[in-house]
Amino acid sequence: MSKVYIALQDNDESRFIVEAIEEDNPQATIIYMPAMIRIEQNDHLVINRETVEEKIGRDWNVQELHINLITLGGNVDEDDDRLSLHWNQ
Amino acid sequence: MPIKAITPEYSGEVLDKKENFHGNQVVYVGWDDHLMFCAAFAYLVSPTLTFRALIDECIHSSFSVHPEFNAIDWHSAEWLLDGQPFIPQLDVPLESQGIDHKSLLRFYTPGLTGFKGAGV
Amino acid sequence: MAKKLNIKDKYRLLTRDLDWAYSYADRSKAFPFEEFEGIKITDWSKWEDPFRLTMDAYWKYQAEKEKKLYAIFDAFSQNNGHLNISDPRYVNAIKIFLTGVSPLEYQAYQGFAHVGRQFGGVGARVACQMQSLDELRHVQTQIHAMSHYNKFFDGFQDFSHMHDRVWYLSVPKSFFNDARAAGPFEFMIAIGFSFEYVLTNLLFVPFMSGAAHNGDMATVTFGFSAQSDEARHMTLGLEIIKFLLEQHEDNVPIVQKWIDKWFWRGTRLLTIVAMMMDYMLPNKVMSWKEAWEVYFEEAGGALFKDLARYGIEMPKYADVIEKEKDHVSHQAWWTFYTLGHAAGFHTWIPTDQELDWLSEKYPDTFDKYYRPRWELAKKMADEGNRFYSPGLPQLCTTCQIPMIFTEMDDPTKTCYRDHVHNGERYHFCSDGCKDIFCDEPEKYVQSWLPVHQIFQGNCGGPDVADILSDFYKMNVGADNLDIEGSPDLERWKKWQNAS
Repeated sequence: MSKVYIALQDNDESRFIVEAIEEDNPQATIIYMPAMIRIEQNDHLVINRETVEEKIGRDWNVQELHINLITLGGNVDEDDDRLSLHWNQ
Repeated sequence: MPIKAITPEYSGEVLDKKENFHGNQVVYVGWDDHLMFCAAFAYLVSPTLTFRALIDECIHSSFSVHPEFNAIDWHSAEWLLDGQPFIPQLDVPLESQGIDHKSLLRFYTPGLTGFKGAGV
Repeated sequence: MAKKLNIKDKYRLLTRDLDWAYSYADRSKAFPFEEFEGIKITDWSKWEDPFRLTMDAYWKYQAEKEKKLYAIFDAFSQNNGHLNISDPRYVNAIKIFLTGVSPLEYQAYQGFAHVGRQFGGVGARVACQMQSLDELRHVQTQIHAMSHYNKFFDGFQDFSHMHDRVWYLSVPKSFFNDARAAGPFEFMIAIGFSFEYVLTNLLFVPFMSGAAHNGDMATVTFGFSAQSDEARHMTLGLEIIKFLLEQHEDNVPIVQKWIDKWFWRGTRLLTIVAMMMDYMLPNKVMSWKEAWEVYFEEAGGALFKDLARYGIEMPKYADVIEKEKDHVSHQAWWTFYTLGHAAGFHTWIPTDQELDWLSEKYPDTFDKYYRPRWELAKKMADEGNRFYSPGLPQLCTTCQIPMIFTEMDDPTKTCYRDHVHNGERYHFCSDGCKDIFCDEPEKYVQSWLPVHQIFQGNCGGPDVADILSDFYKMNVGADNLDIEGSPDLERWKKWQNAS
């Protein structure tokens, strides 16, 4: 088993994105470091547009993630509704 | 294996060939177990320099700052020339005893294990 | 009203149906670099960008990133942000960044512009062109951010000139020159995959978090802004490797060889980042070793497990690399400390508290091998003989780093390797660097080794001080030497007293 991960800038928008990730990925580990938040989980992780919109209280385009993204690890798949990370093994 | 290049028969210009050093050559000298000096030193010397002059001029000027330098017994020092055991002839020019361009000389001084015995 | 396209449809329209058809022109003449490396591509349409970024979205989000970034630069500058850093020693890491890293962003811009023209597949071309623009943005924003420090600290004045000449900067410069002189597919494995996917994380994530922790708002902001593009670059790197491996089985050994080469080269290059993390951040976030375990061993390990199904193995010398994490930062900082008279930034002896932190983080190696070096340095400094190494070091022909690395099984012994090619002897710091030379000697016989260039009379001189001032354009006595007694430190003390 390998971990996929994503790191976001620690700011007001990311706060809601992280809340959404926590809700949709209950097994995820959230690590707070200076200026950044790293989220990791075994094998896969998903960010759903609907959950983020619910938390942030407005329309949210999945591609907006790029603005606060620092890094990620894993195979990416993105469409209009979600971004997911996974390892094939 | 030759380089995979888009140009057929590609070859590179040797930047460090001896001719580029205006009659001199490069020699490297390292003192084993004395990592106070981060790497071996590079010297630009005449191929006719004697080994004695290499010690007195080059080695002395770089290594003498080490607290163990004055304790070196040069008669018991063991040398490697390009990885092979080597017995230097003090009054013979470098070029006449196989120390050629870009040769590496290492010396080991039995009993001297560096500052605090830590190889420093 | 027409239905709004979803991102998958938009991306398909951009990358599938807008390319030239070459109905009357010779396709191989349009893409002359595509075949000589031996890589076989059977179907470029299998290329997929998982982010499916189209140009309209690219400009929109990049513009937003820039607006945020420049607002912060302005705020930093208007509020004299340099006064809020943890310690003036920290700024020296940023001097290395500007002289050693930012010019690589420019090289990456040039490299991706080249491959973005040369690939026959439109999806790959679009992704490389976006990355090329990103890299240009990175170098511009970095210069802009650090221009503020140039007003108050020494050593920032001539970074581009220095990058092309200064001895230790030949290490990053030659790394990128090597990648750019290769064919387009090797460049992608070198920079797009090995460098971006695994190695830049170590510079742009834990080090930048460290910049934040040391009060440097400008650097952390450009760092994370750049890294937000890197997430896309990493994905491109992973896509290119999967694409090459899926296209033809003959590509597998070629790709493996490039992975072996570029992971080794990248590891050597990161030695300087190791030193920045462990010795140049007064407020610590994590040790180099810890960062290495998270971003190289854990993230890289997951990646190679994922690629195993194609027959790809962990990079050659991964076992040596694993041992080196306990040593390289210490060996590198000692090198710069002892050659501090010839560096374009300040060096210092770690404080007692820092030495203890290093002992704690490196329990197997620091007290045994490295603390004694600092005890000797301290003894000499206390006696009024701050140690500066009297002479020029031997360099590795491949990575161009001084031959400072030790045998990993006996860290008191320098690792010496050599090889004779066409009657000339070449020296290497490691088996990894030697293998790279022996595979393509005609490339590396051309290494512009700074020490040899000085000896050939190509760098002015003959005195080191003349080379530093005339050839490197350093302000001797201000840019170099120990931080104790430096104008940087004197100014800092004045600012502290004034506030």
